[in-house]
Amino acid sequence: MITVIQPGLYTTVQDRGRFGFYGVGFPPSGSMDQYSSAVANILVGNNPDAAVLETTFLGPTLEFEQDANVALTGASVDMTLDGISIPLWTSVSVKKGQVLAFGGAIAGVRNYLAIRGGINVKPMMGSRSTYVASHLGGYEGRVLKPGDRLEILQDSEPKEVRVGCEIPEDLRVTPRAHQEIRIVSGLCHYLLDPQSQELLVSKPFTISTEANRTGYRLKGDQLSFVERRQPFGAGSDPSNVVNLGYPVGSLQAPSGLELICLMRDAVTGGGYATLATVISVDLDILSQMKFPETVSFESVSLETALQLRSDRGQRLRNIAELVNSIA
Amino acid sequence: MSDTQEILAPFPGIFYRRTDPGSDPLVELGQEIAVGDVIALVEVMKMFHEVQSTIAGTVVEFCVEDGDAIAMGQALAKIATKL
Repeated sequence: MITVIQPGLYTTVQDRGRFGFYGVGFPPSGSMDQYSSAVANILVGNNPDAAVLETTFLGPTLEFEQDANVALTGASVDMTLDGISIPLWTSVSVKKGQVLAFGGAIAGVRNYLAIRGGINVKPMMGSRSTYVASHLGGYEGRVLKPGDRLEILQDSEPKEVRVGCEIPEDLRVTPRAHQEIRIVSGLCHYLLDPQSQELLVSKPFTISTEANRTGYRLKGDQLSFVERRQPFGAGSDPSNVVNLGYPVGSLQAPSGLELICLMRDAVTGGGYATLATVISVDLDILSQMKFPETVSFESVSLETALQLRSDRGQRLRNIAELVNSIA
Repeated sequence: MSDTQEILAPFPGIFYRRTDPGSDPLVELGQEIAVGDVIALVEVMKMFHEVQSTIAGTVVEFCVEDGDAIAMGQALAKIATKL
């Protein structure tokens, strides 16, 4: 068991996500930075579906009531064990009675704490991920509170991982204040006028203070839509369309005033024009960004996006091999 | 003798000096504060979080206006501490 002494700002149990229910309105939830989350699991010998803790800006203070192996990845942060600094992106041994405490994030937003065996909450619809809006999954469907007690799963076939095993610098996430974020064209991209199509991929956009697991609002130059008679069933605003499904990572611009990027807890469909979609590997990067950092969008083909996703998978397999080889 | 230290924003958000628009500021300029006193609220991810002082002393300056968007690590207030 692990007792939550302080929960941090917004700490939830997450795994890879809840898949198969998108069509009936359930977003996938799951770790916002999937890469960091996967690396944390690898570092403690967990399978890729194990549940981890996701923190936001300020992580929790946790008291361990049993020995455990843990690993922390993601944002740059000071983490201490009984007051002594411990390294990130490294497999760390925790003894019964020790207290693990997070400082505030120095760069980036989210940390992933994997515990050998994984966090044992009841799977809901095939996943342990917390979907706070529906009070579903995770720890009682909510963010952690003081006094919560987290159970660790007993690992049936543990992979041995040497304590102190660390991920090389070039395979870690490095948060930056400006990032190139790659997008593929959206179904309704043609509704932007030509100047706005150009603006979307040439001007920077600033992450606003409204940015969470549901969506990121981004401020930038106003976008305008082609003039047309709104079709039957669509709202009256030029940014409205007849309801359609939204991809995760969809970029929309209600009334053209600001961009909204839908994240992993977002609504799965609605009546705003889907202008573009942030590619899955760059959602990891965006998830580590905050106000007032900036992004520039770069348009890539679907083939490139899929290749980059496949490259991320290969990079994770290489990391798993590396970690296992030094066990 | 005194030394001036800054209270820094623990996370990005919107800075508020009052718990609601009609009430008095949580802390006034020139007020003596202790470690742990709530000096402001920051709205982040649709939640309000108290900013507690990490310093004991006298508030000599607020570095941001009520309602301003603040970045993580930005100075919020200057506190004069007695040496």
